[in-house]
Amino acid sequence: MSSILVVQEERGLGRNRFSFEALAAGRQLAVLTGLPLETAVVGDTNTPALAETSGPPPAAAYAVQHPLLDPYTSDAYVPAFEQLIRKLNPAYILFPHSYQVRDYVPRLAARFNQVLIGDIASIDAGPSFTRQLFQGKVNAAYRHPGDGPCFLSIQAGAFRPDPPAAGTTTIHPFIPVIAPEAIRTRPSAPFRDAAQTVDLGSAQKIVGVGRGIRSADNLPLAQELATALGAELAASRPICDSGWLPIERQVGSSGQTVAPKLYIAAGISGAIQHLVGMKASQCIVAINRDPAAPIFEVADYGIVGDLMELLPALTEAVKAAKQ
Amino acid sequence: MKILVAIKQVPDRDSPVRIDATGKGIDESDLQYALNEPDAYALEEALQLKEKHGGEVIALSAGPENVGPTIREALAKGADRAIHILCDDLASRDALSVARLLAEAAKQEAPDLLLTGLQSEDLGQGQTGVIVAELLGLPHATLILHVEKTDSGIEVKRELEEGWFQTIQLPTPAVLTIQSGGNKLRYATLMGIKRSKMKEVKQLTTDSLVPAAPPVAVLEQLTLPAKKKSTQMLTGTPQQAAAALVEKLRTEAHVL
Repeated sequence: MSSILVVQEERGLGRNRFSFEALAAGRQLAVLTGLPLETAVVGDTNTPALAETSGPPPAAAYAVQHPLLDPYTSDAYVPAFEQLIRKLNPAYILFPHSYQVRDYVPRLAARFNQVLIGDIASIDAGPSFTRQLFQGKVNAAYRHPGDGPCFLSIQAGAFRPDPPAAGTTTIHPFIPVIAPEAIRTRPSAPFRDAAQTVDLGSAQKIVGVGRGIRSADNLPLAQELATALGAELAASRPICDSGWLPIERQVGSSGQTVAPKLYIAAGISGAIQHLVGMKASQCIVAINRDPAAPIFEVADYGIVGDLMELLPALTEAVKAAKQ
Repeated sequence: MKILVAIKQVPDRDSPVRIDATGKGIDESDLQYALNEPDAYALEEALQLKEKHGGEVIALSAGPENVGPTIREALAKGADRAIHILCDDLASRDALSVARLLAEAAKQEAPDLLLTGLQSEDLGQGQTGVIVAELLGLPHATLILHVEKTDSGIEVKRELEEGWFQTIQLPTPAVLTIQSGGNKLRYATLMGIKRSKMKEVKQLTTDSLVPAAPPVAVLEQLTLPAKKKSTQMLTGTPQQAAAALVEKLRTEAHVL
């Protein structure tokens, strides 16, 4: 039977949200296509992700169980999900757009002569799937012309999880065949490089700097504004990659997620990798010399202009207002 | 170690992105081009491995004739030679189709390692390297910041979400997609630029590699993003705009 299969990722309580968002996207696609919704998760039939669902529970849930699925390797996940998909024959398979999904799903899709339509921000009639190109400057709508399953991953924060609703799910165990010798990679347990000394997550105000700052020599201009505001200094990835600020000050999908009262994005263009880390901020100010920069799409207040002039002017205005 | 580095030419980050008349492509008339930054990090990792362990670094790129300068840039930075898959319809191919071209070219070289950036800055699909691994039947690892050679293969440092990392041991040959920031990028020296002009660039045609196939994901329409919030733009001199912003933050947003 053709269906919509949402593959949830079970990794600690904090990250279930992205699986719930993928479920919400799956439910929307189920309404558009009239297909039933099913879900799968790696783990035994008591896995919390199967019980703690959001919205009306899917008709069926599959607990994909095998000792070789822990720890995660693409060499184990790809054959496991290949077998599940061949058994269920779903029309659409949805995943949260996580690092893990990016690691194995392109490989899984290739086994079906398919590609992953990744990082989907919206699903519309057709169905049509929209993702962003050129660092968020353009939206692209894709169609999947049929012939084989359609693999989709759902952008973090793009779909709102549904509140829990009553209903029952039939939970089926699914035990794939995985040969031990198929697993060629040996992953270590996750670790952190150093104890984080900066907790941007609890900051009330943040000044974030991006490529627009142009040189490490200009960073004091942003630091002075942060000091005047009583704010923490943060940055987008390229600034930390260049070594201008330590990685513990990085905001975005590969850094910290923040939601301060005030976030001033100084010279940050607004690529999705940065936006997912800060778009929940209460008030967002964007300062950028490019009026078409995507950061203005999420900003409450914007100024188009040169950081070298605007940062000192803002510092002075903040100081004057405090007197 | 013989290392193949797959690189892509992309529109420069500061180039204006305009949708063309078809609504399905980008107006290329005033685009500037650059080496995709994550691929530059992949090249850097390859060059450092060669400096430590010896061997050869080969740049591999698919694209039209005007990808030439980007390939020369890789050679000027230190790649020993290059392979250019001449491909005029790169933009209309999906990741699977591009990966098939790269995988066929890679087969002819049989490298110990195939490196590429974790994603391109234009399409951002982040799949090509992983699919190449599947097509070649090789193990892979993604989001790699550092590569160490070991007795039995390699050990890599992989970035996970929210500031976590892990190490992974892999046998070679293997495919790695490289995350930006693991190394400091080098610039091409004058000597490097001079030498690059004598280095070999082998040209391959797409027809010699894989027959064309229709894309499995079809791009229907490009649009400019709609605003999610109504943004108040503050204008005037820097001093006027700054004063107006501070006033709004105090009296309207109540965040100061």
